[in-house]
Amino acid sequence: MNGRTAAEQRLAWLLCAPAVLAMLAVTVYPMLYALWLSLFRYDLRFPDQRQFTGLDNYLSVLTSPVWWQALANTLLITVASVSLELLLGFCFALVMHRTLVGRRTVRTALLVPYGIITVVAALSWRFAFDPTTGFVNGLLGLEGAWLAERGTAFVVIILTEIWKTTPFMALLLLAGLTLVPGDLLRAARVDGAGALQRFFRITLPLMRPVIMVALLFRTLDAFRIFDTVFVQTRGAQDTGTVSLVSYNTLITRLNLGLGSAVSVLIFLCVLLLAALYIKGFGIDLSRREES
Amino acid sequence: MPSRAGESVPVGVLWIRRGTERKKLRTMTNTTSRLKPSAAALLLCALLVSLTGCDERAPQTPRLRWYVFAEPSGAFAEAAGRCSAAAQGRYQVELAPLPTDADQQREQLVRRLAAADPDIDIIGMDVIWTAEFAAAGWVLPWSGAAARRARAGRLASAIESASYRQTLWAAPFTTNTQLLWYRTDRIATPPATWDEMIDMAEALGESGTIQAQGARYEGLTVFFVSLLASAGGSVLTSDTRSVSLADPSTRQALGVMRRLATSPAADPALANAREDQARLAFETGTSSFMVNYTYVWPSARANAPAVAQHMGWARWPAVTAGRQSRVSIGGINLGVSSHSRYPALAFEAAACIAAEPGQRLAATRGGLPPTIATLYDDAQIRRTFPFADLLRATLRDAVQRPQTPLYADVSLAISHTLHPMRDLDPDEDGARLRAAVQRALQSEGLL
Repeated sequence: MNGRTAAEQRLAWLLCAPAVLAMLAVTVYPMLYALWLSLFRYDLRFPDQRQFTGLDNYLSVLTSPVWWQALANTLLITVASVSLELLLGFCFALVMHRTLVGRRTVRTALLVPYGIITVVAALSWRFAFDPTTGFVNGLLGLEGAWLAERGTAFVVIILTEIWKTTPFMALLLLAGLTLVPGDLLRAARVDGAGALQRFFRITLPLMRPVIMVALLFRTLDAFRIFDTVFVQTRGAQDTGTVSLVSYNTLITRLNLGLGSAVSVLIFLCVLLLAALYIKGFGIDLSRREES
Repeated sequence: MPSRAGESVPVGVLWIRRGTERKKLRTMTNTTSRLKPSAAALLLCALLVSLTGCDERAPQTPRLRWYVFAEPSGAFAEAAGRCSAAAQGRYQVELAPLPTDADQQREQLVRRLAAADPDIDIIGMDVIWTAEFAAAGWVLPWSGAAARRARAGRLASAIESASYRQTLWAAPFTTNTQLLWYRTDRIATPPATWDEMIDMAEALGESGTIQAQGARYEGLTVFFVSLLASAGGSVLTSDTRSVSLADPSTRQALGVMRRLATSPAADPALANAREDQARLAFETGTSSFMVNYTYVWPSARANAPAVAQHMGWARWPAVTAGRQSRVSIGGINLGVSSHSRYPALAFEAAACIAAEPGQRLAATRGGLPPTIATLYDDAQIRRTFPFADLLRATLRDAVQRPQTPLYADVSLAISHTLHPMRDLDPDEDGARLRAAVQRALQSEGLL
């Protein structure tokens, strides 16, 4: 029996090996390489001046107001968009769950924004809010240039994000809703529980693991926001995010050392967020799969 | 087309290009022969067939790849086609289209250049890349007779835009600069200075809007450099190694920016406006002034004939009365990549494209002003650019954006520090700007 388990385990590892190797090649190697590069003063334009500088790049990033401003912006966008997406996503999920007629049409219609490429979505929102070519000002009887002010630019960016990814949230939550046993809800109804009571006492607690996973996915995703901001403001009006800082440093300025340090710091932030969710809120990704 | 022949025998093409690939393929067949003789024999046969197939077709015409922004009228393609035809099989120029946005062109190019991509032969270089590409060793210098021919009859400012440290790094091809566009039905004589223009615009009220470039991007740097040079200042010292930004010119330039941005005559979307937003807004007819490149003229004639009918042009406004404005020069010069497989042919092709017929095509078809000074007297060119004399005069006094290998950093520092213009404090922001440009020149810290 023991020998067989061992053999099975070996087989399992062998079967996994190609995937593991592929992951090592395409994710672990670049990550370690970025970590290595971040310890150098290294500009692609002046490869001869490459020089080991230890943690100088990190020091330079962490003492820069640009980084902290970008981090604050990123967190603002993340918190605002994810929390609103959760609320809206729940509404959509309930609608999709309860629809009796045209169920397929309703679900498809709700999923359309998620199928649109982010850059295209960001561009169409930018044009919609443009004071010259857009329709939003005409519709609301306003005259302002939305993307030219920090506050309103954030509104447009966050709205774009919400419009674009709420369907994803709704889809995950819908899957969670189908997990709630109908018997339980009917029994509660017989016991005299109202609709609200049933939702908060039965549906929500049973869906907690699903909600947490949905939040985790979206938070990590939102934290890396790049396309929307790049297309709509390019980080102007102090709307820059950490990904944009990394892009500016790596791609535009070709400063591999400094840019890699920024990327490593973003990675650490993402890691921290994931740890916070998993330890702090007690999400158990593996147990969910078993049940 | 020779490339089509190449597609039918891909292996053969590889062998012509890179001798090392050949060795690789041989070792591959050796190892396979140990594994399965029959399969190896088959493979060998296939290789031999393709080898002989290729030998029959050789020698192939060298294919020169010209990386340049996707010019919509097809003028570049035609110029390249003419030179290829004239070369009678010695080379064939093929276009590799890049995005129209200069920042994005550079992003795509520099990654290839830094990786020593041999696919690039000729580069359509924006004037602001000259120092960077030259210092990084990505382009080959022009020297001797080729340099003399590339310089002959070209506008001095265009030659300067293609030079770095007294060496020519590209053949001046097209150029560009901004003019002042105004509504002749509302303004009798165009304003000479920015202050005058803002006064005029404010007096006009609703329809007085001034269109300019105020978004946080390269265009804001262009705007600032033009204002600064018009006030008599410069961003870097003449050796381009340290920051200048002396007062009072810096304060004057910042003062104009602030006055414009806080004036009721500014477009509410100024802080997000690029060239195209300005053009579109002017074409709606609600604006009376615009600083912009020459492409707005054919565009207005096509999109808004009613506006074009009353569209006048004048010299870019001065900062101080009595001192002619100096406007940033733009344009595309042709460089030869250091990693080109056929550098001699690439120089020849670049010189051919940048010669008079190529410039004429780019001007009449693509609307890109030529760098050959005498072309501005040509009747055909003057039909395309009715403002040819004004354009040439502006180009003669044009100012170069800072010619440093760290231009990308310097430009980011300028546009990030000066944005949004309405919040500028001319008395204090000069010091902030100096510090930011200084940091950029040392390639330090985030921007």
